[in-house]
Order: sequence, then C-alpha cells, then structure tokens
Amino acid sequence: MGSLKIENIRKSFGHVDVLKGIDLEVKDGEFVIFVGPSGCGKSTLLRVIAGLEDATSGDILIDGKKVNNTPPAKRGIAMVFQTYALYPHLSVRDNMGLGLKQAGKPAQEIKERTRIASSMLSLDDYLERRPAELSGGQRQRVAIGRAIVREPQLFLFDEPLSNLDAALRVNTRLEIARLHRQLKATMIYVTHDQVEAMTLADKIVVLNQGRIEQVGSPMELYNSPQTIFVAGFIGSPQMNLIDAAKLGQTGARTIGIRPEHIQVSKTSGEWKGSVIHVEHLGADTIIYLQTDFGPLTVRLFGEHNYDVDGTLYATPDSGRTYRFDDDGQVIKA
Amino acid sequence: MAKPTASPIRTGFVHLALGAYTLVALFPVFLTVINSFKDRASIFRDPLGLPTPSTFSLVGYETVLKQGDFVLYFQNSFIVTAVSIFFVLLFGAMAAFALSEYRFRGNTMMGLYLALGIMIPIRLGTVAILQGMVAAGLVNTLTALILVYTAQGLPLAVFILTEFMRTVSDDLKNAGRIDGLSEYSIFFRLVLPLVRPAMATVAVFTMIPIWNDLWFPLILAPSDATKTVTLGSQVFIGQFVTNWNAVLAALTLAIVPVLVLYLVFSRQLIRGITSGAVK
Repeated sequence: MGSLKIENIRKSFGHVDVLKGIDLEVKDGEFVIFVGPSGCGKSTLLRVIAGLEDATSGDILIDGKKVNNTPPAKRGIAMVFQTYALYPHLSVRDNMGLGLKQAGKPAQEIKERTRIASSMLSLDDYLERRPAELSGGQRQRVAIGRAIVREPQLFLFDEPLSNLDAALRVNTRLEIARLHRQLKATMIYVTHDQVEAMTLADKIVVLNQGRIEQVGSPMELYNSPQTIFVAGFIGSPQMNLIDAAKLGQTGARTIGIRPEHIQVSKTSGEWKGSVIHVEHLGADTIIYLQTDFGPLTVRLFGEHNYDVDGTLYATPDSGRTYRFDDDGQVIKA
Repeated sequence: MAKPTASPIRTGFVHLALGAYTLVALFPVFLTVINSFKDRASIFRDPLGLPTPSTFSLVGYETVLKQGDFVLYFQNSFIVTAVSIFFVLLFGAMAAFALSEYRFRGNTMMGLYLALGIMIPIRLGTVAILQGMVAAGLVNTLTALILVYTAQGLPLAVFILTEFMRTVSDDLKNAGRIDGLSEYSIFFRLVLPLVRPAMATVAVFTMIPIWNDLWFPLILAPSDATKTVTLGSQVFIGQFVTNWNAVLAALTLAIVPVLVLYLVFSRQLIRGITSGAVK
C-alpha cells in the first residue's frame, strides 16, 4: 500500500547537478532514512518525491503508479517540515483538517480523523489554540498530526527534529518510532544526524554529492561499509582512517579502524602514541593520541584515567580493520 | 540581556533633532489649519495668530461646502485613490509573489525592469499618456486617473513586496501545496496575511502621492464631474484674486482622510518599516 520506486532520478539547477542518477526501492511499511552531509541532495530528493520539485529526468513510482506529473496533493503523501510550517492563522484543529477539507471530505470524517490523530499525539487540550500559542515540541506534534490525518501512503519527514532542543529531540524521536509501529506506514525521513538515522531506520540510504553511496540496515552500514565515505560518516567518534603506506602495509590505500575497536596499554602494543586529550563521558572515555602516522582516536568503555602527554600503546582488534583502495572502495578480505 | 542605556545627553540631542524636524514638517500643516478657521482680514493681518473669538470664522468651510461640487470632488478623490491602491496592492503583490516564488528565465531582469519605474518619473511620459488616453477615449474619466496611478504605484509596490515575500517560509508554501491548496489559495490565504505589514506600508506610500496629485487630474480629467479635491480647490486660486479662506478650508478637509488612514495603518506601518531592520 505504500511502496516507492525511484528510477534514475536526476536533478539540475542550471549547471549544477544536485542529483546524479538515483535508483532506490522502498518496500511497503519500511522506515527509510536519507543521511548525508549538507548539500548532498537528500532534501532535494525528498522534495522530488513529494512533487515540490520536478526531476530533470527519471521516474517516481508510488505503489507502482508513475507520479511524475501528479501534483503533491494527489500523490498520497504527507510531509513534516523542519520549520513545522503550520498555518499561523488557523487553529490546531483547522491546521490538521485543512488537507482533508481541500480534498472535499465530509465534515464528520474530518472531525473523526482529527480526533484520532490528536489523541494519538496527546494534543486534545490544544485543538483550539493557534500555533503561536504552542511550544516548539507541541508545534512539531501538530505538524506530525497534520500528516497523520491525511492517512498517506507515504510519510515524508524533512529534518523534523532539527529545530528542537536535545531533550525534546529524544522524546519526539521515540514518538515517531512509536507512530511507525502503530501506523505501519511507509516513512521516508531526511536527517544529517546519524544518531537519528541509526535509531529509527529499517534502512539507511547514505547520500554523497548527489549519489547513493550505500543502502543498508544500520548495522550493515556500521559493520560493512562499502566505501570510505560511509565508513567515516557512520559511527561516532569517526572511524580512524590511516594512510596504509605510513603503516607499511601494501595492497590498500587506506586502513580504517573504529575508535571502539582499539585497545590501549601503557606498556606494549602495536602503535605507540602520546596522549593529546582525554574526554570523559561517564560511560565512555575518548582518548586522542598523536602517533607516527597521525592522530588516532580511541574509545574505551567505562572510566579510565590517562595523563595528557603520557605515552600509550594502541592495538587494533583483529578482524575489525577495513581496507580501502584508491577509489575509496572497500577491499573485501 | 539588559539594553545598554544611552547617555542622557545623546538621547537629548536625538530628541532635539527629531523634535525640530517635526516642527518644521508640521508647521505648514499647522498654518493651514489655523488660518482656515479665521476670517479673511485676520489671515492677512496676523497669519501666525491662533483664531480668537473675534477672528474665528467658518466662512471658508461655508464657501467650500456651498460650492456644492466639493462632495463630488471628495468622492472622486476617494474612488480614484481607493481603486488605485486596490489595484496596486493586488497586481503588485501578485507580481512580487511570482518574482519571489518561481524560478524562471529572466527573473532578475524582470524584477529590475519592474523596479525601473521607481527611478523614472511617470510624468516624463505625460504627453504620450495623454495621447493614449485621447485615443482610447478615456479623457475626463476617473478610469484614466486610476490607470495612471496604478502604473505609478506598481514599481515601488513590487519592489517592497518582493523583498517581504522572500522572507515567507518556503516550507509553509510547500505544506500548502501538499495539503492541496492551489497557487492562488497559497497566495491569498497563506502569503498575503503574512505580509500584511508590508501591504500597509505600500498602501500609505502609494496613497499619499495619489491623493495629493494635481498634475494628472489637471491634464487627464479636468472636467467638473471628474475633478479631485486637490484640483477642485484650485478654483479658489485665481490669477488676480484668491479666496484664501476657501483654499485653506479645502486643504484642511483634504488632510483628514489621509490622517485617518494613517492612524489606521500606523501600527502596521511601523512594523513594516522596522521588521526588515530588526529581525
């Protein structure tokens, strides 16, 4: 009921190619997240799916139906925006009901669907208020409510949590996850925050410079990144990427090792380094080392005390290193 | 965050300068209003004096109102001004929406072209406009004035409103599109309410020159049935004799509608002028 197929979508603004041939399939009920650095084209891709931008070439199929020339309102989609985009002159109730009203649905049905959505999001007490009288979190819930009321085949989220503060962001994230379970709807979600991507997604699409780098489940991306870009983008702190030549290794250009896959010792180990800085996060301790081959980040679980400028030996966990070739592609062991 | 308090001396100077400017600006208005309530002899004897019981006279107003046609002149001015403002705001806002919202070839050129009218006074084209109006048979109609004033007001309106419409969030317009609003609904129901302060600013800036204009009524619509207030009050100014009572009374009356409109719009107007700077 809510599958999406994207075939070779290209989009140019003048001479700038923003999307350079995107192919993607989203199954019904999937939660798909587009991540990537700013300017990678993820928002543009979402807008093309929504019909707010025309693709320069390529096809969009929703439920197997080509919707290239279908206006946004008729595509069976609903969208939640980063800036909430609530209608300032309408009450919460009318904000949620406007789409149905435009579609000519009977008042009774609009009322019923608004009621269901508002109770789902605990907005019942605010139905008569204007957006200006709500807090940021409430506004975003109204925006989500407005999407639910439309009962779309496809939910589109454009960085919905970016304008919320940290605590609200976690709550709203949980709420979105709950909604996805409850509604079993297909959701496409754009974010630059990899924590949101890892926690919410069934499938993550990593975009870079208008191309898809890799598609996979969060753990697939974490455990077997196909490119150096994905390796560096997924995981925090970032994966250590070391010039293979400096390590004296051949057959690869770059060696990657995640900070959490390195052990340290004061006495012996593979790589010698001096401590530049230590960050204590409670559950984790992050150590920044300067070694012969450049900086190295190490993440240890629990609390550890190391002196700055002290010498430490680091050893990578065996089988946890990644090798990349000249083009940044992973070399399969 | 406490606002840094300016030194009282500096504030004093600012207020002095503003006060002085206000006095200079209001002086002619003040003079017009007080003299309109005096009899003819005391206007000349003591032009700066306030009306006293002995010099107070409403003869100017009586002359103006007895002239009979003045109600018609007022009505003409009202029609011309109101209809012109309506068209300026409607077309100006529509053009501004197109310029700010849609990407198309020549967008910037079109914007500059539309703004050109701010720099080139429309009066330079008076002869051609008159020829056009004669050819179209519109001389001595209010339509002629409305057309000219709409053209005169549009450049500034397009310019100001384009800037304001750029500030309206794209997400909001896109949300409207997804909810199935037509482009016209988005324009009228989402964007226009949000640029209301700018509309008020444009309305006032457009209204005042139209209401005060003497040039085009004199050239395009001088017939008795189409005279505006400004033109109408010229009947009291003769080559040899000028009925100052009547002229001043007519001008005083002509100030009233502008003043009322200004008071109505002033809240919005101040928001419109400052919002770009402060936000």
